[in-house]
Amino acid sequence: MADKKSNPAQVEDTGHVWDGIRELNNPCPRWWLNSLWLSGIMVIVYFILYPSLPLVNDSTKGLLGWTQIKEYKEDLAKVEAIRAPSETRLAAMSVEEILADAEMLNYAIGSSKVLYGDNCAACHGTGGAPAEGAGYPNLTDDDWLFGGSLNDIQMSIANGRAGTMMAHKDLLTEAEVDQLVKFVVDSANGTANEAGLALFNAKGCFACHGADAKGIKAMGSANLTDKIWRFSGDEEQIRHTILHGVNDASDPKTRIAVMPQWSEKLAIMLQVRADAIADDEDPNDIDWSDELEGDEAERLTETDIKKLTVYVHQFGGGQ
Amino acid sequence: MSEESKKQTTSVDELYEEVSEWHINTGGIKIVAKRLAGRFRTLKWLGMSIWSVLFLGPYLRWNDSQAILFDLPNRQFNIFDITIYPQDIWMLSLTLLFFAILLAAVTSIAGRVFCGYFCFQTVWTDIFTWLEGKLEGNTPQKAMKFNNAAWTVNKVSRKAFKHTLWLSIGLLTGISFVAWFTDAFNLWNNLFSLQVSVTAAVIIAAFTFGTYTFAGFMREQVCFWLCPYARLQGVMYDQDTILPSYDAERGEPRGRIKKGQDNSAKGSCVDCNVCVAVCPTGIDIRKGQQDGCITCGMCIDACDSIMDKVKQPRGLIRYASYKELHHNAKAIPLYKRFRVIIYALILLGAMSGIIYGFMNLSPTEFKVVHERQPLFVRLSDGSVQNKYTIKLLNKTKETLEIRFDIKGLDGATLHGLKLMTVEPGKVVPVTALVRVSEDKLKEGVTSLIFTGEVLSDSNITLKYKSMFMAPK
Ligand code: SF4
Ligand code: SF4
Repeated sequence: MADKKSNPAQVEDTGHVWDGIRELNNPCPRWWLNSLWLSGIMVIVYFILYPSLPLVNDSTKGLLGWTQIKEYKEDLAKVEAIRAPSETRLAAMSVEEILADAEMLNYAIGSSKVLYGDNCAACHGTGGAPAEGAGYPNLTDDDWLFGGSLNDIQMSIANGRAGTMMAHKDLLTEAEVDQLVKFVVDSANGTANEAGLALFNAKGCFACHGADAKGIKAMGSANLTDKIWRFSGDEEQIRHTILHGVNDASDPKTRIAVMPQWSEKLAIMLQVRADAIADDEDPNDIDWSDELEGDEAERLTETDIKKLTVYVHQFGGGQ
Repeated sequence: MSEESKKQTTSVDELYEEVSEWHINTGGIKIVAKRLAGRFRTLKWLGMSIWSVLFLGPYLRWNDSQAILFDLPNRQFNIFDITIYPQDIWMLSLTLLFFAILLAAVTSIAGRVFCGYFCFQTVWTDIFTWLEGKLEGNTPQKAMKFNNAAWTVNKVSRKAFKHTLWLSIGLLTGISFVAWFTDAFNLWNNLFSLQVSVTAAVIIAAFTFGTYTFAGFMREQVCFWLCPYARLQGVMYDQDTILPSYDAERGEPRGRIKKGQDNSAKGSCVDCNVCVAVCPTGIDIRKGQQDGCITCGMCIDACDSIMDKVKQPRGLIRYASYKELHHNAKAIPLYKRFRVIIYALILLGAMSGIIYGFMNLSPTEFKVVHERQPLFVRLSDGSVQNKYTIKLLNKTKETLEIRFDIKGLDGATLHGLKLMTVEPGKVVPVTALVRVSEDKLKEGVTSLIFTGEVLSDSNITLKYKSMFMAPK
């Protein structure tokens, strides 16, 4: 079956000859031409349906009204719809309840990863351990300045924290500073002597760090007897802390240690609730319109803070 | 045009001249293959009948659920009593390897057995052409007559019936395919109440359309121009591969036998062209081995029937190797063929792997992931704490209650996790803390073994070797 198309003798040519090779004038295959036309039509259909022609300030909208941002928002809404049941449940639960419920705990941890990464990790480090020497509190150990219970952690996040220590450079002689540095180092190792303790008491350190040098939670003062250092266990660094203090505005060399407030509203609510319970009142009877002005700052929502509280608590140090 | 270039042109044209003798099947002419009964036709029906499993398999029940269900949304394959989770997917890879090599092995021994007797392309095409033959005539002449005839009611209804049949087969194919991935009876319910999921609908539509065009219109063109397997044939053959071939030495010079003539100079081929007429891909096997041949053996059946008629021995066209035809050599036994040995070894390896996998399907998947950030935490009493995430997948059908413990590291204590329950098919990540007191710490990295005791089933042992990190 000799095909006419492949028999050069029967096909006209374009008259072009290169190196003795004639260019035949076979028509394009029909399926090929058809697809070419079809693609042309597709382009027109596309132009009509989708945003396509750029105008001066804008572009044509297309019949479908499709935009990228709209698609993004729709998808986001889908994700939120999936999360909604868990979010509603979470909003009604206390931090203790979340911790006790394996499923919600999992959800809280999962959704906290981003929250923590966006808001907390810059100082406290991914996973709760800041870079060594960076001077931020480690959230994974069992030493807490302001307490490591769920409620303490929640309050710390909501209200923020800032411990204070006076600069002692004008209050102590050099010899006294030396002696106190030695006392602090020895305390951590459990080898502190009477003389050191006497000076610690005489200079009023006990007022903040406690008579046993174990720190006072309400003030956020450091426990000097454990092996965890708020700033550093290096003698030079300890001397620096004693001389210049923490958050002492009068000393430009003072250590800055401020945890920002993430929700003034929640901080007030937690306080009011705690007071009510302390006074043997039912926290459900609190009239919030009395307590809240309505213009309290809220950088994170209450639910977000709850999630973060559980997240931080399960880093390994929660009490 | 100069004298010289004219001469050149002619010589190039002469080159082309030969090209025009080649017949390249680009689908311009619809092939209507004659159907003849015979050994290979029977074999083909047998091969085709295996496909009934595709249609019937999903309705098989086992313990009140579908016997074989590839449950993708729940990420598990249910095969009778066995459940396979993504963790065991290496067995699927081995299965694929097994069949890929089996294909190569069979091809190197007897050519395109798959194409000829089993491939869905040829099987569905065979059914479609069979229906078409019934309705529009089963020889090229009858078919042409039918198609050239005026559009009578009879013709239109026959055509319409054909396309309806084709589409129904396509639809059934699609539904049957989907039924392996979702409960079959539910699927039919959903189909009738028009509640079938978009995914299922799209797949069914794609199958219907695909079957209709591929088996109805493209047919052997798929094998010629689309199928990747067909492109690879050449490298899998060697001179010992047996293929349907025409014994040219015996057949040539071909020619019709005429009564009252001296036919002694003629070969066995009576040039009846029946072998060409029956070929589903429209090739002439007498031109030698060619890429269009799907080795279906139809031409063997055809030729044998002619040889019987002219009272000559069968086998003018037969399964024969290149060596046999061209060197009169005997075929080498299979076990001496290097390729076959290699293929057999791989097949054996893959098969053993699959069997091993099935025998050792673990009822659980236990993993302990050491926290990376931070690697360790120093606690206020000087001890060091490491954090782990324990992941336990329950592959059994019961809820498991597990008690965890650690061993292998002196002075290490486990905190935060003792007992845990995991529901069937679930994996719950939980946190475990391990502490080692300061005086017990020796090295930066020590190995540590997590063990789990399943309270309800003492046959399951859980063990995972992890490590404990401490400051150097
Ligand atoms: S060439 Fe490809 S499509 Fe054709 S029969 Fe063989 S495997 Fe099937
Ligand atoms: S040549 Fe023979 S074996 Fe090959 S496809 Fe045609 S009929 Fe089948």
